[in-house]
Amino acid sequence: MVNPLSSPRAVSRTDGVVATTPTPPPALEVGGLTVAYGEKPVVFSVDMAVAQGTMTAIVGPNGAGKSTLLKAVLGLVKPLSGEVRLFGLPLSRARDRVAYVPQRASVDWDFPACVIDVVLMGLHRELGLLRRLRPEHLARARACLARVGMEDFASRQIGQLSGGQQQRVFLARALAQSADLYLLDEPFAGVDAATEKAIIAVLKDLRAEGRTIVAVHHDLSTIRAYFEHMFLINMRAIAAGPVAEVFTSSNLQRAYGGRLGEAQVAGMQAADAAS
Amino acid sequence: MGAEFVALSLSPLLIGVLAAVTCALPGNFLLLRRQALIGDAISHVVLPGIVVAFLLTGRVAALPMMLGAAGAALVSVILIEAVRRTARIEAGAAMGVIFTTLFAAGVLLLEQSDTSGVHLDVEHALYGNLESLIWLDATGWSSLLDPMALAGLPPELPRMAGALVIVALAIAAMWRPLAIATFDEGFAATLGLPVRAIGLALVMLAALAAVAAFDAVGSIIVIAMFICPPAAARMMTDRLLPQVMWSVGFAILSAVLGYVLAGYGPLWLGFANSVSAAGMIATVSGLILGATMLFGPCRRRAGIAA
Repeated sequence: MVNPLSSPRAVSRTDGVVATTPTPPPALEVGGLTVAYGEKPVVFSVDMAVAQGTMTAIVGPNGAGKSTLLKAVLGLVKPLSGEVRLFGLPLSRARDRVAYVPQRASVDWDFPACVIDVVLMGLHRELGLLRRLRPEHLARARACLARVGMEDFASRQIGQLSGGQQQRVFLARALAQSADLYLLDEPFAGVDAATEKAIIAVLKDLRAEGRTIVAVHHDLSTIRAYFEHMFLINMRAIAAGPVAEVFTSSNLQRAYGGRLGEAQVAGMQAADAAS
Repeated sequence: MGAEFVALSLSPLLIGVLAAVTCALPGNFLLLRRQALIGDAISHVVLPGIVVAFLLTGRVAALPMMLGAAGAALVSVILIEAVRRTARIEAGAAMGVIFTTLFAAGVLLLEQSDTSGVHLDVEHALYGNLESLIWLDATGWSSLLDPMALAGLPPELPRMAGALVIVALAIAAMWRPLAIATFDEGFAATLGLPVRAIGLALVMLAALAAVAAFDAVGSIIVIAMFICPPAAARMMTDRLLPQVMWSVGFAILSAVLGYVLAGYGPLWLGFANSVSAAGMIATVSGLILGATMLFGPCRRRAGIAA
């Protein structure tokens, strides 16, 4: 028998049965988060919890605060109030468990770098300021490129890539970080169908490895096929939970207001069910 | 030409080269961050800085003027940031407003103050006095090994060399974070990199380069070297380290070619006098940029892929 006193934190007892696996802390937990640009709140008093090993879409209309929510989680914008914990820890102690894939349009792709240079940025924590770049680092960066189907583009200048290819390079850079939580801002925006397929396959692989995925997503027609959980937001949190429960016309109506007719939602759900 | 060259041309040539390289190094990153004008701003506000330093100390000495220039550079960086944030003016416009205002204030200060007896004027600020930085103690190449003669080198030379060493070492040391933060600041911040401190460090290095170079070669060269060699280098390569190397090469080429052309070019063309070396160096750097724009292998911009 396990002596419960030997490791009191790791062992919990229910009905006399010793359970050796306590519930892990959520990969991402947000409490009362409010972010404002100037006077105008963009995210208002949002609570959110994402369990480890799940795949969640953050969904809402344009300007609903989806990207801002991600940025606040990552400490890129300073919230007015609220708390963020990652794996039960404050951001400063959980940084190396988190990888961020920004919107593709947020950087200047004319920067003088080739594909492998960008992927190597994901290894910065290991390389640090002055450590030498070794063959194994290059090999790992190449393996990450292979995972997104870009191994043949390693020495291509990043400005010469298509939008979809650029998005895949960003994903490869995040893969190089070998994080436990992946936060992606619109990973499917403006990419070709082949890229969309490649990205979703990688994300599902990551989930199968027990990693957690949170992605800002705005294509309502693919939510069911891609994600298992969704978080509906329009400045305030509208609904959260399994897609099957949250993806309802009344919830979407509340998030999108008059911009999304009931007929459209019904049509989308039908198309979704058929696919 | 040995003895004459060493005494009259070696020192200004070296100072010109050192100044060009010192400015081109941080210029690469300023250009990629769309902050190229900050070099322009800093090199202009140096004028009021040294005038104030002169008024306070009453003499033209290197140290107080350097401190005054560095102080003015710092003030201008703070003012630019303040204008950008409070007035919501775009960064380039904010820089333009600040440096023209401060430069103009420097001109007024200079006119009002009694600087007629000393070598301090607007022309000096713009073009420097590269040709006058001669090495009178030199008698030939052997003087390079003579400690007595070396002590007579213009003080601008070791000062400029020191600035180059500091700028080069600092950029080498923060190369990776600087590159990541320049390409993708948000991503850099999620890695825990101090992106604001990195940006500030870069501007301070640019200020150091501008202040050190200003006294010797004037603000024309400083502004040209911050922008032209890095911009020309971008047309030659698609990777960061080669770009920086190319920019150093172009900076050296501009300085040497510009100096020689300024000294001998007019004579070859039949004119009696030589022209300003600073002006010619800046002109050559612009011509190099023009040539790379026309013939550089990497001049295609994103989105126009073949």
